[in-house]
Amino acid sequence: MTTPARLPDPYGAPAGGANLADILERVLDKGIVIAGDIKINLLDIELLTIKLRLVVASVDKAKEMGIDWWEDDPALSSRARRQELRRENAELRARLERLEGGTHGEEQELVEGAAPRTPRREESP
Amino acid sequence: MTALRYVYAVCRPLTAPLQAELRGVAGAPARQLEHHGLIAVVSQVPDSDFSEEALRTRLEDMDWLTATARAHQNVIDALTGVTTPLPLRMATVFRDDSAVRVMMEKREDAFRHALDRLDGRVEWGVKIFMENADGEGGGDGGEGTGARTGSAAPKAMSGRDYLRQRRMRTTAREEQWRQVEEFARRLHKSLSAQAEDSRLHAPQNPQLSGAAGRNVLNAAYLVPRARSEEFVTLVDRTKDDTPGIRVELTGPWAAYSFTGLAEESAGEPT
Repeated sequence: MTTPARLPDPYGAPAGGANLADILERVLDKGIVIAGDIKINLLDIELLTIKLRLVVASVDKAKEMGIDWWEDDPALSSRARRQELRRENAELRARLERLEGGTHGEEQELVEGAAPRTPRREESP
Repeated sequence: MTALRYVYAVCRPLTAPLQAELRGVAGAPARQLEHHGLIAVVSQVPDSDFSEEALRTRLEDMDWLTATARAHQNVIDALTGVTTPLPLRMATVFRDDSAVRVMMEKREDAFRHALDRLDGRVEWGVKIFMENADGEGGGDGGEGTGARTGSAAPKAMSGRDYLRQRRMRTTAREEQWRQVEEFARRLHKSLSAQAEDSRLHAPQNPQLSGAAGRNVLNAAYLVPRARSEEFVTLVDRTKDDTPGIRVELTGPWAAYSFTGLAEESAGEPT
């Protein structure tokens, strides 16, 4: 890329361009936010940015260093998200079974818990 | 497959021609779309990558994300050489040219205002790192990353010796922190005096940025082109001042950190 003479030569730019962390920090996190026709969930981008703010001179290097947490992080990996969903499903199913199996116990608990509060609420108005 | 419009930046009409071969995301040529005396720099992108559904998946793909971010920056960088662009956040995409025009028209005043404010300015990034003076691997992890610390203690040492050494290390580290904070405070102050505006960004994580040492200051400064040389010299002068502290300069960037439109636009329903 040519830089006009009036600007000093680019700094901190190793061959192949500036540090990826610096680039991501700017293109993902700074600049003007305009809602285009294609909606990006900004929250997703925020999350991504928080993770990537951290990031990663090169993914391979990070992997070499044994840093591959994003593969298990639901915010960054669809595989991890699927796993997370499966886990959640299983958990919910188990809870449902518990609830269906032990309905009486739960109901009693609820009634007992609610009982002392009800009269007070009626007094107040 | 439909082509969408990816918008990189908005700027005033160029007085110097854009690089003939300037290519953006996915290698597509970048072109200018003029509307009411402003131009949007756009390229076509396939909806197989940029539909809502596809984009959600793509953004999680580190290789794709990296390539796209670099392509985006590449176009912004080329524009910075010939004009003062207002960079848009990555992956701002519209259905067609007329949707881009509608967007420009709606924000015309804000764009003009920002372009006037930033005209002839560039952004310089300055980071300060605390280098690991005692060279101990676990030492720079700090609080909260307990998993990495503590494993480097030599064996065959009494508990008391170990504690004493650890205390000494802690004290030394605190002293180093104090020094580096003081250094950062002073440098930021003198650079701010040379700049028109400044922003402090969150420090980058040393484990992941690949940079040695711990990032204690990550700042951006808005500087007129004409004063950039002075600014760079000022940073250079401080560079080797203090052992254990490293100063890194990046730029010139487009004024990414100073567009000032992010918040008001983010809250605006479309």
